[in-house]
Amino acid sequence: MRPNRLKAAVLVIVSSAVCSTVPSLAGGAEAVKFGNCTWCHGESGQGYTTAPRLAGQRPQYIENQILSFLNHTRDGPFSELYMWGTVKNLSLQTAHELAKYLSTLPPKAADDGNNELAAMGKTLYQEGISDSNIVACAPCHGSNAEGVREIPRLGGLSYYYLKTRLEQWGRGYDAAAEPPMQHIAKELSPNDIEAVASYLSFVK
Amino acid sequence: MKYSGLQLAMQSAILTIMLSTTSFAAATDTPATSTGGLQAKIKYCQDCHGQSGQGYRGVLPIPRIAGQTTKYIENQLLAFFESRRDKNVSVNMPEIHSVSPAMRTALSAHFRNLNPEPLGDGPENLVATGKTIYEEGIPGANVPACSGCHGPEAKGKDEIPRLAGQIYPYTIKELTDWSKERGQNPTNEGTAAVMTPVAHSLSQPQIAAIAAYLSYLK
Repeated sequence: MRPNRLKAAVLVIVSSAVCSTVPSLAGGAEAVKFGNCTWCHGESGQGYTTAPRLAGQRPQYIENQILSFLNHTRDGPFSELYMWGTVKNLSLQTAHELAKYLSTLPPKAADDGNNELAAMGKTLYQEGISDSNIVACAPCHGSNAEGVREIPRLGGLSYYYLKTRLEQWGRGYDAAAEPPMQHIAKELSPNDIEAVASYLSFVK
Repeated sequence: MKYSGLQLAMQSAILTIMLSTTSFAAATDTPATSTGGLQAKIKYCQDCHGQSGQGYRGVLPIPRIAGQTTKYIENQLLAFFESRRDKNVSVNMPEIHSVSPAMRTALSAHFRNLNPEPLGDGPENLVATGKTIYEEGIPGANVPACSGCHGPEAKGKDEIPRLAGQIYPYTIKELTDWSKERGQNPTNEGTAAVMTPVAHSLSQPQIAAIAAYLSYLK
């Protein structure tokens, strides 16, 4: 731990000299590393449209996503355009520390879904649509969409982000993700996607 | 749009029931593309239970069904229909309405024949204790040897389930919450009562030990 703290301290000194425009965040070294991420993911990690909220996300999930950007298995258009280059020089240790830090930031619900579809989305989330072979989301992601271990928290993520993610899986992107996700996304109708994404955007 | 989706779902459900009750052969021959076809239903089961039915540790523990006895799988699918298993815990399962008896048989047969490695997710230091309890029971505590009914290798038989390779948190959950989760239909308790006194007599550490032992069994 000590050599890392020294490196982190050097990083703080160097980057605060060089990058004086980076907003100073409470949280020490990890916060400084997060500084570059804030441009898209927001100062408190709440996200901005297609750049998802990272605050309060499962640390193992974040680490896995960084890995998937590093090895290019997460290959959606925005991933390739923005994230592949961004994480290129991240060490696994830094990824681990970033993930831990981000998981401690308090998440805020995006509240940007379609209110009228939220009730139908909730039914889909909690019960699935068995006649269409769509499993409920709740058994894996939790009844409050909180996630666990490598399974992401979905509660409060942006409607636009969730919709895009499901659509991309449906089109065959990110095939290396957990096996059910591509299959589920392919079974969901566009209306189903809008409904469940809306519901989730309101979940605290 | 919401209503046409519902109409479509209902129409396909009715068609599914009609098609799947015609014959067992039809159920197994149905191509992958129809929502009622066997392959489509298998994929649906796999989404939660794992690509080889090995189980999955979601926020809820989703049990291994690979290698499970066909009678037990069929009975549990029926138990969900008949509200014999607690709905809140089972989440997705009670919603599966349009699975015909022929489809249940076909699904059970499919998963019965799968044999993936067990998750092996229990704490290793509990395995020895678990093995002892499994093979010898707990004399004086009203706990017979599990092996007596579930078999020396925990492979089960007929309506007595296979336990070998079951995922650790699922076994714990079932043994801990047995009387709250099983036999929930007062007019139709099914066979769950058999396990009630056993589950009731086990302490938490004993349950954890058994669950750990089982999680490694092939």
